[in-house]
Amino acid sequence: MAKDILTTHNVFRFFETKEGGQLPVLSEINLGIKEGEFVSLLGPSGSGKSTLLRIMAGLIKPSSGTVAYLGERIEGINPGVSMVFQSFALFPWLTVLENVMMGLEDKPFPKEEKRERAIKMIDIIGLDGFENAYPKELSGGMKQRVGLGRALVSEPDILLMDEPFSALDVLTAENLRRDILDLWHEGKIPAKCIVMVTHGIEEAVLMSDRVVILSKSPARIREQIAINLKRPRDSKHPSFEKMLDRIYSLLMQPEKKQFYPDQNIKDELIHFVAIGALTGFLELLADFKEKQDLYALAEKLSMEIDDFVPIVDSASLLQFTKVETGDIELTKKGFEFAEASVLDRKKIFKEQFVANVPLARKILTVLESKSNHHMNYEFFEDMLEKYFSAENVEKQIDTLIDWGRYSELFAYNEVSGQFYLEQGEFEIEEEKDEN
Amino acid sequence: MIVGIFSKKRSLWIDAVLFILVIGLIYAIMHLGKAMVAPYTPSGASKPLDLSIWKLPYYAGLSVLRMFIAFAASIIFTLIYGYLAAKNKVAEKILIPLLDIFQSVPVLGFLSITVTLFVSIFKGNSFGLELACLFAIFTAQVWNMIFSFYQSLTAIPKELSEAADVMKLNWYQKMIKLEIPYSMMGLVWNSMMSFGGTWFFLAASEAITVLGNTTILPGIGSYVAEAINEGNMRAIFYAIIAMIVVIVLIDFLFWKPVVAWAQKYKLETISSGVVPTSFVYGLLVRSNWFKYFWIALAWPFKLFGMFLNFLAKLTTASRKVRKQPLTHLIGKIIGGGIVLYILFILLVYLKMLYHVLESTPSSMYWTIFSDAVLTLIRVIIAVFLGALWTVPAGVAIGLSPKLSRFFQPIIQVAASFPANLIFPFVTILFVHYHMSLSYGAIPLMMLGTQWYILFNVIAGAMAIPKDLLEAGEIFKITGIKRWKKIILPAIFPYLITGCITASGGAWNASILAEVVQWQSTTLTCKGLGSFISAATGIGNWTGIILGIAMMCLFVVVINNVLWRVLYRIARDKFSF
Repeated sequence: MAKDILTTHNVFRFFETKEGGQLPVLSEINLGIKEGEFVSLLGPSGSGKSTLLRIMAGLIKPSSGTVAYLGERIEGINPGVSMVFQSFALFPWLTVLENVMMGLEDKPFPKEEKRERAIKMIDIIGLDGFENAYPKELSGGMKQRVGLGRALVSEPDILLMDEPFSALDVLTAENLRRDILDLWHEGKIPAKCIVMVTHGIEEAVLMSDRVVILSKSPARIREQIAINLKRPRDSKHPSFEKMLDRIYSLLMQPEKKQFYPDQNIKDELIHFVAIGALTGFLELLADFKEKQDLYALAEKLSMEIDDFVPIVDSASLLQFTKVETGDIELTKKGFEFAEASVLDRKKIFKEQFVANVPLARKILTVLESKSNHHMNYEFFEDMLEKYFSAENVEKQIDTLIDWGRYSELFAYNEVSGQFYLEQGEFEIEEEKDEN
Repeated sequence: MIVGIFSKKRSLWIDAVLFILVIGLIYAIMHLGKAMVAPYTPSGASKPLDLSIWKLPYYAGLSVLRMFIAFAASIIFTLIYGYLAAKNKVAEKILIPLLDIFQSVPVLGFLSITVTLFVSIFKGNSFGLELACLFAIFTAQVWNMIFSFYQSLTAIPKELSEAADVMKLNWYQKMIKLEIPYSMMGLVWNSMMSFGGTWFFLAASEAITVLGNTTILPGIGSYVAEAINEGNMRAIFYAIIAMIVVIVLIDFLFWKPVVAWAQKYKLETISSGVVPTSFVYGLLVRSNWFKYFWIALAWPFKLFGMFLNFLAKLTTASRKVRKQPLTHLIGKIIGGGIVLYILFILLVYLKMLYHVLESTPSSMYWTIFSDAVLTLIRVIIAVFLGALWTVPAGVAIGLSPKLSRFFQPIIQVAASFPANLIFPFVTILFVHYHMSLSYGAIPLMMLGTQWYILFNVIAGAMAIPKDLLEAGEIFKITGIKRWKKIILPAIFPYLITGCITASGGAWNASILAEVVQWQSTTLTCKGLGSFISAATGIGNWTGIILGIAMMCLFVVVINNVLWRVLYRIARDKFSF
C-alpha cells in the first residue's frame, strides 16, 4: 500500500457554549487514509463522526489540528474530495444529467466534454435512460446513484460518504451497497480511497478494509480494526459474525469515565427514549429470563444500532438492566418494573429516575425550594447550557419533561413554559378553564 | 414535461402571432415611454386628461408599464438586499429589523416627501413625478418579496449547501445554481401577491395633491381622479372595467406562465398530482421563434453573469490567501466607514427632527395622537367587520372544492383590484344620504383589505386535516360546537396572518379613505389619515413628518404588542 492521501493530525473540535465555555466534540483525531483503502467511521449517534467527515472535506474548520491532502495542509474546501450525502442533496430543479454535470461545474472543460463525461458516469452507475428524469421521478436508491455519480464525475482522489444508505429501505440499500462494492473492486470508481460514515456495523464490516471506532462525546478514536476477511464477504460466515460480535461488544462496553466540568451532571446525556419503547424492551427481556447477547438481541429486534443503543443506555442508566461484556440482563428492579401494573410501574420508575438521574433531582430540588413550586423553562435551559450544545439542551429537557410527566415527578405546561409540582386538584381546575 | 420542449411541435402560425405580438409590445413600450419623459410644468394645473373611452387603453398601458418597471426594480433590489441579509452576519443584524420597520411604514404617507424630492431633482420634466410614483409602487411591494427571499435563503437545507461547497462552486455559481432556484417558488408567489396589492398605490400616486398643486401623471388612476373632478360617472365605470380587464390579462399573459414555469423549482422530492399549467406558457415553449427571441433577450444578462462569475472567481481566489491581515484591515476600515457614515446621517436627521419638534406647539402632538387613536379605532372595526363576514364565507369556500374552484379566481381579481377606484361610488352614496365619513371611512377601508382575511381563511379551511373533520362528524360535534372546537382553532393562525396584513392595509387606506371627494364636494373626518392628507396638501412639513412618525409608531407598536402575541399563541397552541 502506498502513501497517505488524507491525514488528520491532532484534530480537535470544540463547541462554544453560550456562556463562553468549550465543549469538546472531537478530540485528538489522528488518522491516515491510504491509497486504495476503504475506511468506515463507526460510532454511536452524536459521536461526531459526521463532523469529522466534514472536517476532512474542509466544510468545517477544526478548532485545532490540521487536515492534509497529499501531505499538504488544506485551507477551506479540500481540493481532493467529493461527497455523497445522507439526504442525497440533489438539486430538484435539475435533471439527472444536469445534476451529475454539477460535479464538473468548477472544471475548465468545455460544456460538450462535461456532458460526455457525465453521460459516461451515468452509464457506470447504472442510470442510463434516466438522463432527462428529474430527481422527484426517481426512487431513493436511484437518487443516491445520482448523488454518487455527481461525486465521482470529477474523478476525486477521495470519496467521502455520509451515511449513504441510511435513507434507503433495507433491500434498496443492500442492492446499492453490493453495486458500489463491485464498482470499487473492478476499479470503476475513479477515486483513490473512500471514507464512509455509518452506524451500521454489518455495513462497515461488509464494505471496508478498516473500521475506525469512535467513542461518544467527545469523540476520540477508540479502536481501529483492520478487516482482513476475504471478498466478496458473506455476512453469514462465522468469521464475519465473530467480527460483528467483537465490534458490538466494543461499542456497548461502558467507557471509562470522562472529564465533565460539573461532576453532578457527569452522567451526561440521557437519550431521548420514549417510555413505551423502554417498557417494551424491559418486558421483552423479562420474557427471555436470561442473559442476552446484545448483538443477537439487536438482530432479533432488527434494530439499527442508533435506535438500539439509546434504549440499552437508558435502561442501564435507570438501573433496570446491567450490561457486561456484550451481554445484557435485567436487574431486580428491572424485573419488578416489567411485572408491575401500569400504576406501580410509574412508582418504580419515579424511584429509579430520582435515584439515578442527577438532573431529575436537581429539577425537583429547585421546584421544591420555590414557594409556588413553579419554575420557568429558561431557568433549566440556562442551567444545561453550561454542559450541552444548544441542540442537545432541547433534547435533554424534552426527555426530562417526558420522563417527569410519566413518573409524575413534576409537570410542565407548554403554554406558560413552566415546570411545576403537581398539587392535586388545583392544576386540574386550571386545565378545565383553558379548554 | 419540459424536456426538449423547444424542438417539439413547432407551428408556423403560433410563431407568426407571437412575432406580431412582441413587435407590438416593443412599439407600445417605446410609445408609452415617450410620455413618461414629457416636459412638465409644476406651476399651475397639469394638462387635464382626456376622458374619452378611446384614450383609456393608452392610459391603462402607461399604468401597466409603471407597474412592471417598478416590479423589475423590486426584483433587483430584493435579490441584493435579501442576499446581503442572509450572507453577512453584520448586515443581517441591521437589515432585518430595518425591513420590519419599512414594512410597517405607510407608503402613501411618504408620497408627498418623495414627490417633492424627485420633482426638485428633475426640474421641468415629468420624469421626477414618474420616479416618485414608481418609488411608491416599489416600496409597497418590495419588503414582502425581500422577506420571502431572505427566508428561503436561510432555509436552504444544510446538505444541499454543503454539496455546492464540496463541488467548489464560487458565490456566483452557488447563487445561480442553488440559492435563487431554491427561493424561486416563494419569490414567484410573493411577487404575485405583492404585485396585485400595489395597484392601489399606483392608482393613488398617479394623482396627488402636494403643496397645493395637484400633480397628474397620465394613467388609469389619474383618469379616475379627473373623472371625479368632472363628476363623470360613466368614465369611472369605464375605468373600472378597464382595470378588471388589465388585471385579468396580466394574470393570463404574465403570472400564469410564470407560475407554470416556476413549477420546475418546486421543492418536492416526490411527484405530486396537480401541476398548475398555463395556456400561454404552453404556446411559448412550443414556439421555435420564441426560443431565438429568448436567446436574443438573454444575452446581456448572460454577459453580466459572466462578468459576475469572473468577479466571484477573483474574490474566491483571493480568499485563499486571505490570511494577510492587510485585506482584513481594509475590510474593517471600509465597514467602519460605512457605520460612521450611517451614524452621521442619523445625527443629521436627529438634529433636523429636534428643530422640528422644538418649533411645534405641544397642542399639535395631542391633536395628532387623538387623530391616531380615532384612526386606530376605525382600523380595528374595519378588520373586525372584515373578519366577521370573511370567516364564515372563507370556511364555506375552503371546505367545498366546488365553491373554491368557482370563487378563487374572482377573489383573486377582487384582491388585486385597487379599491380606491370604487371610492367615488361610495362617496356619492355618502353625499346623497348625508352620511358622516367618521363612520363611512370604515367600509372604505374594508373595501381593499378584507380580501386578505378572506384569502387566508380559505387557505386555513383548506388545510384542516380531513380526519379531524371526520372525527368531528363521528363524535357528533356539530353546530356551534363544531365551530368552537374544530374550525376556529384550526383556522386561527391563518386568520391572524390575514388580520395582520389587513390592518397594515387599512392604515395605508386611511390616508385615502378619510378624505374623499366628488366633484366639488369634499367629505372629511377627523383622523390621522385625513391629517396627513391635509398636511400634504398645504405643504405643512412638520405636520407631515409628525403624522407619518405617529402612524409608524402606532403600526409598529400594535404589530408588536397585539399581533405578535396573537401570532405566537396561534403558532404554539393551534398549529398542527
